[in-house]
Amino acid sequence: MNDHWLVRQSTIRLLWIVFAVVLAATVSMDLAIEHHPYFGLDGTLGFGAWFGFVSCVAMIVFAKALGAILKRPDTYYDS
Amino acid sequence: MTASVVIPPAVGLILGGLILPMLQVRLRWLAVLVLPLATLLLVWQVPDGVSVKASFLGYELALVKGDALSRLFATVFAVMAFAGGLFALNQDRVVELAAAFCYAGSAIGVVFAGDLLTVFIFWELMAIASTLVVWSAGPQARGAGLRYAAIHLLGGVLLMAGVAGEIAANGPAGFSKMALDTLPRWLMLAGFLLNAGAPPLSAWLPDAYPESSWSGMVFLSAFTTKTAVYVLLRGFPGAEPLIYVGLFMVFYGIVYAILENDMRRILAYSIVNQVGFMVTGIGIGTEMALNGAAAHAFTHIIYKALLLMSAGSVLYMTGKRKCTDLGGLFRTMPLTTVCGIVGALSISSFPLTSGFVSKSMISEAAGMQHLASVWYLLAAASAGVFLHAGIKFPWFVFFQRDSGLRPDDPPWNMRAAMIFFAVLCIGIGVLPGPLYALLPYKVDFVPYTASHVVFYLQLLLFSGLAFFLMLGWLKRTLTITLDIDWFYRWLGPMLARHLDRVVTGVWNGCVSMAKRGARGVPEGIQQYLGPEGILARSWPTGTMAFWMTVMLAAYLVLSYLR
Repeated sequence: MNDHWLVRQSTIRLLWIVFAVVLAATVSMDLAIEHHPYFGLDGTLGFGAWFGFVSCVAMIVFAKALGAILKRPDTYYDS
Repeated sequence: MTASVVIPPAVGLILGGLILPMLQVRLRWLAVLVLPLATLLLVWQVPDGVSVKASFLGYELALVKGDALSRLFATVFAVMAFAGGLFALNQDRVVELAAAFCYAGSAIGVVFAGDLLTVFIFWELMAIASTLVVWSAGPQARGAGLRYAAIHLLGGVLLMAGVAGEIAANGPAGFSKMALDTLPRWLMLAGFLLNAGAPPLSAWLPDAYPESSWSGMVFLSAFTTKTAVYVLLRGFPGAEPLIYVGLFMVFYGIVYAILENDMRRILAYSIVNQVGFMVTGIGIGTEMALNGAAAHAFTHIIYKALLLMSAGSVLYMTGKRKCTDLGGLFRTMPLTTVCGIVGALSISSFPLTSGFVSKSMISEAAGMQHLASVWYLLAAASAGVFLHAGIKFPWFVFFQRDSGLRPDDPPWNMRAAMIFFAVLCIGIGVLPGPLYALLPYKVDFVPYTASHVVFYLQLLLFSGLAFFLMLGWLKRTLTITLDIDWFYRWLGPMLARHLDRVVTGVWNGCVSMAKRGARGVPEGIQQYLGPEGILARSWPTGTMAFWMTVMLAAYLVLSYLR
């Protein structure tokens, strides 16, 4: 079943390596590019990277907490 | 001078929709493809200013009034009707297509409406036609369709009250920018926002849309919320409360979509999220922000329809819509996968896709107005879009684990519609000039600067990193997340059932008491005065003489005792 090249362990490992290189490259580009920050924080090195990562983690954690209160089985309204 | 030759662009699609069910299959296919293109031609023949008037109940209605903003929305509505029609050619339920065309026509009617009464008329036509689109999916959509209709009729009542108040106060007037200084205007704003999917009543959207058919939701995603964006752009640009409403919608959409398991409900939540960006832009109100909101509505209709075509194709081929049932479809549905990814990248504003050239204008406008918190929140939300829709949708539907399903790509017409919109998504992303030329204000914005592109790449790619690192937290479960609709789907019916039980109990008690009382009176009469009754039976003379003797004896004894 899992014979497709895209789902092989070796391919997935390679994809992670490429992803890591691309991530590092986008952050290091900040050294070469002149940004025009509107405020202060948005001018820090790799702002998009750390801000994007932190806000996504925060949103997932918040969603998880909200889900603990508001999640119900998907047959909830059927019964 | 041109007034006599302008045909209202809404007419073709509405009348065409009404006659569609009566046509033979081939003729119907032809009509489905030709009518939207003919409408597009009519849209571009509408001149600036009022060109078609009518008289109704003593009011002068401006049925058609053109300008750049009207033409922009009408253009994308006509294109949407074409692609949606192409996608739905093999839909057996002809009523759905007929209703969808009336729905699209009414939406075009709203964007060309030159006065508030005309807006209201087409607004309500849209509500009716879109309800029919939901209902035509079959019996399982009946409840959701009814709730959808009820909420939209409520919106219609708010809008009508507002329009009536506005006309009573200021006389019949056109439809242009209004200050939020009277109750009728707040009511109109509430009516408009309800259709935009704004809080507190946003739950109608993820409740009803995913219950429509595989093709129905493609149409539904385009018109209602975007006409709401149009009327907000026209009537309330720069209204500050819209910034906060929009920001709430943006995060509401993300959080609920993260928790959702149904692939089409994920996309429904992300409609609220994307409309939130537009509403925020309208609230900011500068020319750049309004251009951004209008451009984002245009690009959103295309990439959201593309995402829903991709999801609709999966539903059509597999009959499944839950992420927990799907996965690994990339093997046998390569075209649907690629088109879904193009839509997902566009909604995430990835560079070289349509979302990038429109959404970044709204953020830029917030930055230029020095709205720091708005700008930071929009940046966080941009990362969140990639998280909840950009990766989540393609990952859980086409990749993740192997579900064992091996469906083919859908029929030719569905593939053609997806390819058409995927090409538009990338085309607008690579060459935004023609879209910018359609916008209501002159565009002074360059999306592709190195700083811009790198910032968005960082934001999105690190959002992707967060997704894959926290995949365990995002694991899908067979659950839904409660929303405001809990009040009218669970609490309301539960209270009604209790009330029913209490009232029935009290009523039954009263009835049985009355019955017992009614039965008791004749029984009592019977008991005391009936043939055997103590008061009516004959008494033997001996008994009477005996008791008389007893009484006289007692009297004698008592007299001696004295």
